[in-house]
Amino acid sequence: MSNKISGSEILIRSLIDQGIDKVFGYPGGSIIPVYDRLYDFSDKLHHYLARHEQGAIHAAEGFARATGKTGVVIATSGPGAMNLITGLNDALMDSTPIVAITGQVQSTLLGKDAFQESDVVSVTLPVTKWAIQVRRPEDIASAVARAFYIANSGRPGPVVIDLAKDAQTGVAEYIFQPCNFIRSYNPDPEVAHEIIDEAAKIINNAKRPLILSGHGVTISKAEDELISFAEKGDIPVGCTMLGLSSIPTDHPLNKGMLGMHGNLGPNINTNKADVIVAIGMRFDDRVTGDTKKYAPNAKIIHIDIDSSEFDKTIKSHLHIHGNAAGVLRRLTEVIDKNNHKDWNDSFSRHAKVEDERVKARETNASTPDGKMLMGEVVSKVSEAFSHDAILVTDVGQNQMFSVRYFSYTRPRSVISSGGLGTMGFGLPAAIGAKIGEPERNVVLFIGDGGLQMTVEELGMIMEYNVGVKIVLLNNNFLGNVRQWQHLFFNSRYSATPMVNPDFKMLANAYGIPAIDVAHRDQLDEAIEKMVSTEGAFLLNVNIDETDMVFPMTPAGHAVDEILLNATEYYKPV
Amino acid sequence: MDTQLFTIAVFTENQVSLLHQISMVFSRRCLNIESLSVSACSIPGVHKFTITCKSTREMMEHVVKQIEKRIDVLKAFLHTDDEIVFQEVALYKVPTESVLKSREIEDIVRKSGARVLEIQPEYTVFEKTGHTVEVKDLFDRLQPLGLRQFVRSGRIAVTKAPVELVDEFLQTQEERKHKLNK
Ligand SMILES: Cc1ncc(C[n+]2csc(CCOP(=O)(O)OP(=O)(O)O)c2C)c(N)n1
Repeated sequence: MSNKISGSEILIRSLIDQGIDKVFGYPGGSIIPVYDRLYDFSDKLHHYLARHEQGAIHAAEGFARATGKTGVVIATSGPGAMNLITGLNDALMDSTPIVAITGQVQSTLLGKDAFQESDVVSVTLPVTKWAIQVRRPEDIASAVARAFYIANSGRPGPVVIDLAKDAQTGVAEYIFQPCNFIRSYNPDPEVAHEIIDEAAKIINNAKRPLILSGHGVTISKAEDELISFAEKGDIPVGCTMLGLSSIPTDHPLNKGMLGMHGNLGPNINTNKADVIVAIGMRFDDRVTGDTKKYAPNAKIIHIDIDSSEFDKTIKSHLHIHGNAAGVLRRLTEVIDKNNHKDWNDSFSRHAKVEDERVKARETNASTPDGKMLMGEVVSKVSEAFSHDAILVTDVGQNQMFSVRYFSYTRPRSVISSGGLGTMGFGLPAAIGAKIGEPERNVVLFIGDGGLQMTVEELGMIMEYNVGVKIVLLNNNFLGNVRQWQHLFFNSRYSATPMVNPDFKMLANAYGIPAIDVAHRDQLDEAIEKMVSTEGAFLLNVNIDETDMVFPMTPAGHAVDEILLNATEYYKPV
Repeated sequence: MDTQLFTIAVFTENQVSLLHQISMVFSRRCLNIESLSVSACSIPGVHKFTITCKSTREMMEHVVKQIEKRIDVLKAFLHTDDEIVFQEVALYKVPTESVLKSREIEDIVRKSGARVLEIQPEYTVFEKTGHTVEVKDLFDRLQPLGLRQFVRSGRIAVTKAPVELVDEFLQTQEERKHKLNK
């Protein structure tokens, strides 16, 4: 008897053998055979039906970011595959391991503009780490094995397997063949000990060293290594937005967030530091501001797993091509135990100014009409979850305020679209995060604009009882654009006021309890209700649309040219 | 910023979509590829792309790293003309009648070091290998004498280094594989 099975079943068995038990997706003509087999495997491989393929892939991203595992998304050919593009690009920018499986028309029809044929490989190559078309059932197992290896090794990223319909329906033998080596790819470069020694020497001689901790620390699970390294060298740490939960908010060496809306201390001191140790971060323009005026006094040691990041925007004095956890472990062994008390204290001066001039205003607001400010809402929600929840954000002011005012105690607690800044990421990503980490609280902060970009995914919450807490920071504006229009375009609010639906009714329509929080007086009670209610909840919070995120380094300015409010630059004394 | 002509050698697996993967690194930066030549190299299963492009060194270094980042690319190298021995080949077609009419064409061709590839009653094809300027020079001379068709290849090049540079990479990878399988 032949032990051949269909390509669809090979795919499903391969996924299960890769340790996958949850996938997100949306069916269609060219992927029906896979869904047909899925029907028989639903006890081993749970499929979450999104309401739009973009929702499916953002959910897979949220799942991957929360768990560190590879997120899997399935879509049909043509429009289904095309709806994945935003998510693929988002995952590429933020180094998120994703395997996307797209149906494709019959291989004999390829290139003939068949119904729902898209040139998926060509379209997705620029937004993926790897993409391949499979036309024969016997090639599926090895393609899947490669895909998982590529997606979640080295610098993780999205990969696409474009599966022709005849590969799904044809039969072949299946043998699980995990992949741990590709001749043309080295995700685990060796670091010579001379380089470690040279880095240690630079760090030991530093008077004002500064660590920049990025997403790479989280990805390589190097949080403990980061803290040991920082503590031994007594080196202050600034975090990129995606690196925020790499060290607890209340750790004495955590000096806050870098970049455009980051904290005063780490931004000002970037340009005072004499040595910068940048770990798993890529000197994005939102972090550096004007690169010509960036860190002029510092020798930069750049540690990254992706060598194409070295000297891309900022020249480093020494680059270490390797895995953050391994490099930090070795560096910690060889650096001197040190003390940089005065330098560390210098951050507190800036923090004090920020507390008094920016944070106090934001968190102790008293607007006469009772409209709230985002900062006060975020701080209270963070507190209500004992600063221990997973924060998911959308994009805009809600994102900047929530990453600024939320606190973190555990790793993998910030999920936000950093590199691509994708509005509509938040809701599905929060759903994916909660599905991946059901024991943790998942709190989403989102704007009225962003919520409506993928609002259909409330349907996933309804169908699968996903207990996401949604805090809608509703200013009836595309707030972040409004802020730029206010500051740089003479307050001409072109296409930014939003005419909004009744969000409470909308949530209720999906069976999600919701409260309109119209006035500050109702806020504490509403948060309390959200926290104590089992399952999903939506708070529709009435936000003062005139509020703006500060501090702010305007685009193109130096990292230490920072607005404290609409008119005043910070002048450190 | 100083721009100059660079030669990029890219060693890849012999697979579908590599040309696309390499060219998109250029097109996203709006860089124009001057010439391109691709074929199997001496290592089984490995293809070599030779690409020339005018730009700054800094830009080209980024391009090379981003090409190398593609999974199916083994290794990419950036060269300036002094580091390589290079050549292109060109074909020139003229009416046989013009060749017979005077000695001029024959003289030009002989002096240029080109050779006759094919003679038919209708046309004669010459072949010349050389650097871009030499190939262009012969073109300029034959053009007024009735040149009917002209084509030239992209550049091909070997390095002046004593070994094939990609070998080292393949060897480290072989050692890695060994360790992984132990
Ligand atoms: C898909 C997408 N389209 C447009 C933008 C540009 N953009 C960035 S922030 C923003 C406003 C967001 O408004 P809202 O969701 O209401 O959030 P708020 O800023 O008010 O918190 C826009 C339009 C984007 N980032 N992503």
